[in-house]
Amino acid sequence: MAMAIVLVLLVVGTVAFHYFSPWWFTPLASNWEMVDQTVDLTFWVTGAVFVVVNLFMAWTVVRYRHRAGHRAHFEPENKKLEWWLTILTSLGIVAMLAPGLTVWAKFVTVPDNAGVVEVLGQQWSWSYRFPGDDGKLGTTDTRLISLDNPFGMNPQDPAGRDDRLVAGSELRLPLDKPVRVVLRSKDVLHQFAVPQFRVKMDMVPGMITQFWLTPTRTGRFDALCEQLCGLPHFAMRGRVVVAEATEFADWLAQQPTYTQVLAQTAGDPVAGQALYAVCSACHGQEGEGNRELNAPKLSGQGGWYLAKQLKAYKDGVRGNRDDDVYAKQMAPFATTLADDAAIRDVVAYIGSLPERPTPATIKGNAGRGKALYSSCAACHGGLGQGLWATGAPRISRMSDWYLAQQLRNFRQGIRGGHAQDFAGSQMASMSKALADDRAIDDLLSYVHPL
Amino acid sequence: MAYVGAIADLDHEHALHDPQTFFRKYIWSQDHKVIALQYMAVAIAIGLVALTMSVLMRLQLGFPNSFSFIDPQEYYQYITMHGMIMVIYLLTALFLGGFGNYLIPLMCGSRDMVFPYLNMISFWVYLLAVLVLVAGLFVPGGPTGAGWTLYPPQAILPGTPGATWGILLMLASLAIFIVAFTMGGLNYVTTVLQARCRGMTLMRMPLSVWGIFSASILGLLAFPALFVSAIMMTLDSTIGTSFFMPAIVSRGETLDYGGGSPLLFQHLFWFFGHPEVYIVALPAFGIVSDLLSTHARRNIFGYRMMVWAILAIACLSFVVWAHHMYVSGMNPYFGFFFATTTLIIAVPTAIKVYNWVLTLWRGDIHLTVPMLFAIGFIFTFINGGLTGLFLGNVTVDVPLSGTYFVVAHFHMVMGVSPILVVFGALYHWYPKITGRMFNETLGKLHFWVTFVGAYSIFLPMHYMGILGVPRRYYAYSNSIEFIPLSVQTANQWISVVAMIVAATQLVFLFNVAWSFFKGQIVDGNPWRATSLEWQTPETPPRHGNWGPKLPVVHRWAYDYSVPGAPQDFVPQNVPATEVPMGHDHDSAPQSSATKGRHA
Repeated sequence: MAMAIVLVLLVVGTVAFHYFSPWWFTPLASNWEMVDQTVDLTFWVTGAVFVVVNLFMAWTVVRYRHRAGHRAHFEPENKKLEWWLTILTSLGIVAMLAPGLTVWAKFVTVPDNAGVVEVLGQQWSWSYRFPGDDGKLGTTDTRLISLDNPFGMNPQDPAGRDDRLVAGSELRLPLDKPVRVVLRSKDVLHQFAVPQFRVKMDMVPGMITQFWLTPTRTGRFDALCEQLCGLPHFAMRGRVVVAEATEFADWLAQQPTYTQVLAQTAGDPVAGQALYAVCSACHGQEGEGNRELNAPKLSGQGGWYLAKQLKAYKDGVRGNRDDDVYAKQMAPFATTLADDAAIRDVVAYIGSLPERPTPATIKGNAGRGKALYSSCAACHGGLGQGLWATGAPRISRMSDWYLAQQLRNFRQGIRGGHAQDFAGSQMASMSKALADDRAIDDLLSYVHPL
Repeated sequence: MAYVGAIADLDHEHALHDPQTFFRKYIWSQDHKVIALQYMAVAIAIGLVALTMSVLMRLQLGFPNSFSFIDPQEYYQYITMHGMIMVIYLLTALFLGGFGNYLIPLMCGSRDMVFPYLNMISFWVYLLAVLVLVAGLFVPGGPTGAGWTLYPPQAILPGTPGATWGILLMLASLAIFIVAFTMGGLNYVTTVLQARCRGMTLMRMPLSVWGIFSASILGLLAFPALFVSAIMMTLDSTIGTSFFMPAIVSRGETLDYGGGSPLLFQHLFWFFGHPEVYIVALPAFGIVSDLLSTHARRNIFGYRMMVWAILAIACLSFVVWAHHMYVSGMNPYFGFFFATTTLIIAVPTAIKVYNWVLTLWRGDIHLTVPMLFAIGFIFTFINGGLTGLFLGNVTVDVPLSGTYFVVAHFHMVMGVSPILVVFGALYHWYPKITGRMFNETLGKLHFWVTFVGAYSIFLPMHYMGILGVPRRYYAYSNSIEFIPLSVQTANQWISVVAMIVAATQLVFLFNVAWSFFKGQIVDGNPWRATSLEWQTPETPPRHGNWGPKLPVVHRWAYDYSVPGAPQDFVPQNVPATEVPMGHDHDSAPQSSATKGRHA
């Protein structure tokens, strides 16, 4: 009897959970309402079978429970009943499969008027590329990828000259325009998934994959990686902003073309020296840092990282919060750098400064820190040397007190919470693995001397 | 049919050299029953390691930022090892090496497997595979954290935990496991085909044997695909071949690979991986059929249909593999084919479910512990089978793939369901294996917590998946806007329930151990069952199983509640002259004793 009651309760509970749980599809933002409909249909068909068969079983358990003197009915088979059940089941299957395949036929047929955007995946971020006026993406080759050519663009291909390159993790798409999303990966499998769009596809190195959709609603949507791509997989984040056509066009026009990227000159250290005068007051003549003034060491840090942070300060992505006291102090200094060229110059000057070892100020259990560091090494490198490819700065033999402060900020949500700070958000996620200040000390005492 | 001289027939020539020493009897043993128990013991031991890992994963998911000893690297190592151990080293080994070994000779009326020595070696090689797997926990970098599917390129590239030593040990362990399985599998298949006793025609075999037999054939055909992929990935990793490796820039460095295909691995892996689902499911299907029939005192409903359904599922399972790859980037036109084949496989599967329920219908249901587990299985399997119709139907799969819906589906259908059968089977055959009855109260406690608990763990995950919560995430950042706080709250509850269910498994272990010494001594057939293993002259059966004379089978395995019979069961070895036949597909026109392979 208990068995029958529990079966009934589980059936009722399951149906109740279906209707009352707070979780259902996110509000749709693409043309794929047909996908939702096939899911709904599947719920109805399978739900009916689930309820009927289980309730029948519950009834059976009560009705045919063992009673003294009773015997089971001997009936090896019942061809008629079995055939009926087979036919009914087959009909149910067809009812689900036919609409499913019909929608799939639409999925595999990209409309002729669809625009195109390329999503390029790497460990652990995305970047994007739009074709220029020719409507064609230039050819690429993984082997051409480098710090100066992160997309692996083929410099010989004229079709690529006018391609617009979006280096950040935020993609914009125009409203109500079908778009073919072409996917590429530099290293391992990734997936570009926006739950509100419903459709998604893996990105496979060595292959080009695709899917298509028409955004039907403006807004900001999280893009997630849904194919395990290494240790920081869970922190690989991006965003799609669906905008009105004109707003989209304005944004796209601001993105540099490949020609413009090629034309960018390297920074001039001589010009940078003059600009650095402001910085030296706190960071020191040789960029050695000054703990009393809460200014970290700069010399030896990757130029690409310094440039990125300076831009973040300038754009208000960093140093915009009252509780991030020292970053807030830094922000006005960054604004003294007039443009990207100025940033490149000052970074070039910092790159020319001699690097001197900086003493460790933190004492912890380096052995324990070594175990903790295994998760960090994925991005920051085995020696803490920093990797431009993963967007991770150098952390060995830099100002350890500063790193400790930043780790605490990440963990407490003081840093890494800005909507445009994708790397910061990754770091905020990763820093959660450090349970307390002792773990931070252990970690840094291992990292510092590497 | 031509006469086939199998060892089971050669009563007089088969000298029963009983092993004399403790070592030969219990350790270096060729007795299929001892080997079965060895397989079970090792499988359950390594399964407990995987269970512990799942508790650690739940600690992290339920209470993120609380445990400094679970960092992302370890989390990904746990999910990988948990999945691989549960699927291969626990379920496959337990169903085929454990139950296959124990039941095939006893149910078919054989003295042993046809190749006892090979059978023994199979176990020791399996143990070696487990030890190599465990060694991965102690090498620099730890075990692989590439996910149980081990997808390249990431499985062998930096950025993934255990990408150097861990993955190589995992691949080596898998290859060794496959060697062990091949030795065992050939044995199981050959024994079923060659060593059945007189009268045991194929269509009289209990469905347990049918399930294990078909699964062994599946394994023999499917595991080689995994074997070659393990070798190819090892070569990619060690000597720099590029089977699965295209041109790659890993963390800024251009690697020397080029020209390989990550999708090739996925095809090979799932060409093994999907039949693997049925390698686990078919024995469960077979065994649960026998549990239901015995404890409902009723013939299995539609036996012939059940056999054909097993065979149809076995064949179809080889043409559905790419339904795991709808969003992998393979040619999307494959979707049409694989969605169709996948949904077709639902028909024979549904027939099996109907026939289980119809076996209960008009039965005389004894709610014994094995029966509770069997009914629990039907419930969770219906749920897990139906959600398979979502993921198999290509369009419906796209939004759900990569989310917790998938986690919920495969745990329900491939985790909870087969495990419920494993427990039901262990309780069912416990009195045969030990000669003592288990403690029923503890058995029921174990059932209720496990059944209701496991269902409560996985039901909510379906809906998290529909919301879009991705799987294989160490933590969910607050900045993911579409994931509400309620998901975190639910994760806490799920983790609490998971720990309760995990702890309850200790009750089972205690019951097994305690009852072995203190359980009530029972006769050889406490469930009053028909199949041959319950008719052995001694319980537990001795070496050679049957004493001086092999049994002779006269009827199918499901003569329960035959009208006119003195008892509500007629064992398979009772001649028609003593008790009239209830039903037998193979009875007419000859007398059953001379039918079968000797006709």
